[in-house]
Amino acid sequence: MTENLPDHPDWLWAAAEPKRSYDVVIVGGGGHGLATAYYLAKNHGITNVAVLERGWLAGGNMARNTTIIRSNYLWDESAGIYEHALKLWEGLEDDLGYPLLFSQRGVLNLAHSLQDVRDSVRRVHANRLNGVDAEWLEPEQVKELCPIVDVSPDVRYPVLGATYQPRAGIAKHDYVAWGFARAAAAYGVDLIENCEVTGLDVRDGRVTGVRTTRGPIAAGKVALCAAGHSSVVAAMAGVALPLQSHPLQALVSELLEPVHPTVVMSNAVHVYVSQAHKGELVMGAGIDAANSYRQRGAFHIIERQMAAALELFPVFARAHVLRTWGGVVDVTPDASPIVGLTPVDDLYVNCGWGTGGFKATPGVGWCYAHTVAHGEPHPLSAPFSLDRFTTGALVDEHGAAAVAH
Amino acid sequence: MTSRPGEVVRFRFDGRDYEGRRGDTLAAALLANGVRRVSTSVQLGQPRGIFSAGGEEPNALVQIETPFPEPMLPATTVEICDGLVATGLPGKGRLADRPDPARYDTVHAHCDVLVVGAGPAGLMAAAEAARGGARVILADERPAPGGSLLGTAEAVDGLPGRRWAAERAAELDGLADVRVLCRTTVFGHYDDNYLVAVERRTNHLGAAAPATTARERIWRIRARRVVHATGAHERFPAFAGNDLPGVMLAGAARTYVNQYGVRPGRRAVVLTTNDTAYPAALDLAAAGIEIAAIVDVRQAPGEEWARRCAERGIDVLTGHVVTAARGAGELSSVVVAPEDGGQARDVPADLLLVSGGWTPVVHLFSQAGGTLRFDEEIGAFVPGDTQARDVRLAVEVAGSARGVPTLSGCLRDGAEAGRRALAAAGFAVPDQAPPPAVEDEPAAAPARHLWLVPAADGDGDDYREHFVDLQRDVTVADVLRATGAGLRSVEHVKRYTTAGTAHDQGRTSGLLTSAITAHALGLDVADLGVTTFRAPYAPVSFAALAGRDRGHLHDPVRVTAMHDWHVARGAPLENVGQWKRPWYYPLDGEDMTAAVLRECRAAREDVAMMDASTLGKIDVIGPDAAELLDRLYTNMMSTLPVGSIRYGVMCRPDGMVFDDGTVIRLAEDHFLATTTTGNAAAVLDWMEEWLQTEWPSLRVHCTSVTEQWATVALVGPRSREVLAGLAPGLDVGNASFPFMTWRDAEVAGIPARVCRISFSGELAYEINVRSWYGLALWEAVNAAGVTPYGTETMHVLRAEKGYPIIGQDTDGTVTPQDLGMAWVVSKKKADFIGKRSFSRADTVRPDRKQLVGLLPEDTGRLLPEGVHLVEPGGTRALGHVTSGYRSAALGRTFALALISGGRERVGERLHAAMGEEMIPVTVTHHVLYDPEGARRDG
Ligand SMILES: Cc1cc2nc3c(=O)[nH]c(=O)nc-3n(C[C@H](O)[C@H](O)[C@H](O)COP(=O)(O)OP(=O)(O)OC[C@H]3O[C@@H](n4cnc5c(N)ncnc54)[C@H](O)[C@@H]3O)c2cc1C
Repeated sequence: MTENLPDHPDWLWAAAEPKRSYDVVIVGGGGHGLATAYYLAKNHGITNVAVLERGWLAGGNMARNTTIIRSNYLWDESAGIYEHALKLWEGLEDDLGYPLLFSQRGVLNLAHSLQDVRDSVRRVHANRLNGVDAEWLEPEQVKELCPIVDVSPDVRYPVLGATYQPRAGIAKHDYVAWGFARAAAAYGVDLIENCEVTGLDVRDGRVTGVRTTRGPIAAGKVALCAAGHSSVVAAMAGVALPLQSHPLQALVSELLEPVHPTVVMSNAVHVYVSQAHKGELVMGAGIDAANSYRQRGAFHIIERQMAAALELFPVFARAHVLRTWGGVVDVTPDASPIVGLTPVDDLYVNCGWGTGGFKATPGVGWCYAHTVAHGEPHPLSAPFSLDRFTTGALVDEHGAAAVAH
Repeated sequence: MTSRPGEVVRFRFDGRDYEGRRGDTLAAALLANGVRRVSTSVQLGQPRGIFSAGGEEPNALVQIETPFPEPMLPATTVEICDGLVATGLPGKGRLADRPDPARYDTVHAHCDVLVVGAGPAGLMAAAEAARGGARVILADERPAPGGSLLGTAEAVDGLPGRRWAAERAAELDGLADVRVLCRTTVFGHYDDNYLVAVERRTNHLGAAAPATTARERIWRIRARRVVHATGAHERFPAFAGNDLPGVMLAGAARTYVNQYGVRPGRRAVVLTTNDTAYPAALDLAAAGIEIAAIVDVRQAPGEEWARRCAERGIDVLTGHVVTAARGAGELSSVVVAPEDGGQARDVPADLLLVSGGWTPVVHLFSQAGGTLRFDEEIGAFVPGDTQARDVRLAVEVAGSARGVPTLSGCLRDGAEAGRRALAAAGFAVPDQAPPPAVEDEPAAAPARHLWLVPAADGDGDDYREHFVDLQRDVTVADVLRATGAGLRSVEHVKRYTTAGTAHDQGRTSGLLTSAITAHALGLDVADLGVTTFRAPYAPVSFAALAGRDRGHLHDPVRVTAMHDWHVARGAPLENVGQWKRPWYYPLDGEDMTAAVLRECRAAREDVAMMDASTLGKIDVIGPDAAELLDRLYTNMMSTLPVGSIRYGVMCRPDGMVFDDGTVIRLAEDHFLATTTTGNAAAVLDWMEEWLQTEWPSLRVHCTSVTEQWATVALVGPRSREVLAGLAPGLDVGNASFPFMTWRDAEVAGIPARVCRISFSGELAYEINVRSWYGLALWEAVNAAGVTPYGTETMHVLRAEKGYPIIGQDTDGTVTPQDLGMAWVVSKKKADFIGKRSFSRADTVRPDRKQLVGLLPEDTGRLLPEGVHLVEPGGTRALGHVTSGYRSAALGRTFALALISGGRERVGERLHAAMGEEMIPVTVTHHVLYDPEGARRDG
């Protein structure tokens, strides 16, 4: 018999009917949309808010991610917003009154080449200067922390060490989404499911409302949070976003006795793994190269990922894949998000979190709510403006951020 | 049944020894031995028995210990073998603590028609397709063909079903173009009829499995048409105590009796909503199991069944339900009551057969993108139109997988599906053959769809023993709690309750969960739908998916023609991309530092050689070759004369350096571009992407020729002299063979292309020969008294000259100007990739990070790469050390770094922040050695 997961509360939220108008309409009821609604209400007292979700609430990437949370990003701008998020995570269960299974079990990012080592050490130094906990570990120390990692020289790309962020970890995604949803609903936010936004009304350069499959809704401000479909939605207001949407797949095994105490990520032998609270191994790797809006990918991506998993964790050989799935992730040219204003007045955009936006959920909700409430960017999200693709002030985390989850 | 026929197989379960028969599943063998409690439930810790006879098993999960530990398999799918040791599983499986010695592999297959499922419908479909001349693959997850016939023992064409199926399959397998795969589960149906299957090849052989045979094999099948003949799973209604060992699907009990000759109990009650439980009850009765009663929730069963039961003296209670199954740890009695209230009675029984109807196995169809529709008659979702708009699947569905209820119907339906597949695949369809004869097929009465037997009070708490998902211990009470919390979507209910997330992925429970949710919400289950079906259809081992892509086959190991020489010389190897490169060549007693200093000295003071074969080489040929290169490189390539060489840089559209290397012009329309070792494939992809998507009108072909050439770099003041000795026919004079030109020559008797280029600042040549001459050339050069050096020395030499390594001194955020290479960016060219970005606000910022040199004040102090620089007393990072070395030529340590406004800071004193320790350094120009370039010409 295994440890039971904590129970969800007896009451979550009531399905709301759309009203004719709101002060703020949030498009997309994923983690980011829900967190934004919550902080709009909590931090800014704005509660005449609707979250419009075309399917079931938080059924997009929020329901599909592998829940890795960390803040050990390279650049100062990234460290700023992700570390803000991590600090919020550290108090979020109390804040939301919801058991989020937030577990700070640490994250290892493995290095497999001399260049990986250089990049990793560089990131550790950068993190420390930014107040982010980070350590460089030698292979034996990796083995001590996670004994099932094969650190022998026999693997194709031997483990030469790892960065370690002890405060990083995982949480339970549905619990997080529902925690925000429940708390937002309690403030009076309308959570409207099965309501797809099909058009944005723009008059004189200002957004005035949305068209939906459940009728038109007027809005003082519209905040986009549509993740993989952001470019589609923004195009409804004539705003072009520099995004490529790709499938990203993940999978789980059956429930297993504990073997994996932390989170291990590897870019060179591309896979990342944690063992969730119930006991299943949760794994992912890179995006499918083809563009797609379908929530499914190609099978060779999974096969490749399993080969990588067995390279690093030979004991996984006879575990079984129970379920694979895919989400649609929105990737920017510099692998950093876009949060802020758009050329259309009162229309705000939050997107481009690609393969790694779960960890940012509370942080981006906080900053984006501020941006929407004040009509100007929060200092922590200001570097992630849309116009950086014009000025060139990119925050390029591609080569820099180890695995991008 | 202690005297079952067949070969005896000995195994151990939960610490006790048992005997079974060859061909038994572990579940069958346990039942034959009277073992009814197999596992413990995951949340509640309750004993659980055997519920089904196939892969849909939700209860009887076991851990295999011997021959090799394997976590979590349904006892209903494990074939016993001598020496098998297994234990009942308490919710979690256990991984082995040692590496798996087995092999795994993968094959590709192509066919006209893939038939999934070798039951009656699948066999007929495959036979028809084969008869029409199609290449056919027929796959079934069980050890033998026959599907439902194995368990029902119905006769076809006068033969017992099992035999009929075996004969049909054998006939098919005898055909040249047909392949019959047993123990093969098709678990994924992807786009364009790409299907993946896993074949279990040796598990059933136990210790006798040949070590050379792959234990499991992944089949990657591309089929023109696919026939889904995947059958149906029996389901059960929710009632109190339906999780007790002894409660079993009716069809499963029938299978144990007919296929395995095993009696799963002594006295049975049957609860049913449809006619299919009747033949099950009759088969059990014929096998000597007492049928205490058939409890039929309908007002009347099929007449013929009623008659046969009467004949056998079996009590049929119509309009009744089972309100509870009772027992301490396993079933001992069943509470039966009229549905409309009235006196309940307790019927002693050790077996309760349940049938709530049959749910088509639509997983693969749904994975393929097919839409489902609710069929009122069978009370389940069935495949919808395959040709609906936006769907258009090259798929046929046949038999009970689309709700066909009878055996004769399935046989006919299978044949038709096979014929449709034939026609669609472009084959002439042969004349129809008479369908196989099925004799005993009584007319069926309509089924009733009962999902839930209400509890006495109908209160949430009274539903704590009405199980919905047996494996996740989810009850009706849990579902009601979810809907009570405000949830309206089955996906939410699934996540709230965890129903459907276990090993069986809700095969027996998915529809029930939806139905109960719909019931609670006052909706129709047809409108509410079910959760999404996803691959894999059945669990697949990680090892099978990894196949042979492990260890040294994980990623190709690329080595040069000289590799063995390097290894024989004791050079440690560095992984650079897929290549193994010699890092340095230690002499006896030398450590790395000493070896590298010695190698550097040889290159700067004498003559040295390096294996440069791994650099990417791309042949660019065609009338527009020069034009393509002009667009890709920041500098001008079209003006390069034939016979000359130019260094070039490629940027991304954002203006950031992406790769660098030399380009040599072999002819007017023929260039050879070199790339960095690790980036060669990416550069070729990059060229192709632009050619294919943006500039398809350019007449150019790009071909990787990296492996066709072996390259020896000959470096140092004495290199000209050595080359002259090796290539007497070559005029090596500085004027006749100037820097940045190439010549064809014979070197050591080998036809070669000699390029005069230098990555060290010294007089140097790169001698290129066909790969197969690589070692001969290398040995000849070495024999001339030349010191070999590895990648580390190469890095030091170039760093002394301030030459960046792309990917080490750059990270995708660095422009050529940042590297101090403004000269490589053409001012003349109208356009090239990256050009526009060079005028962007951020790209012209004066405080951009620029490549500089650093000299630690302590001349022996090596600066670790990755360390950040701050102003003395400051904490804000100005940049970081990208390269740090000991220099023999400078007689001290030095580093390269990217520093904000770096060129303006030359002469400034900064601190390298090593945690608490601050290492003082001075910023210098990035070229530290021979800044005048005096050494290039020797
Ligand atoms: C397989 C996978 C693994 C991942 N792993 C990690 C990880 O380990 N760590 C991490 O930090 N991040 C991870 N991510 C990324 C992370 O999930 C996303 O960055 C993040 O969830 C995006 O924000 P969101 O939650 O708001 O997105 P979503 O949950 O996708 O929300 C967007 C919502 O907008 C809705 N929508 C779209 N168009 C419309 C419309 N027209 N009208 C109304 N609604 C609309 C969608 O239905 C969706 O619900 C992973 C993602 C995937 C797919």
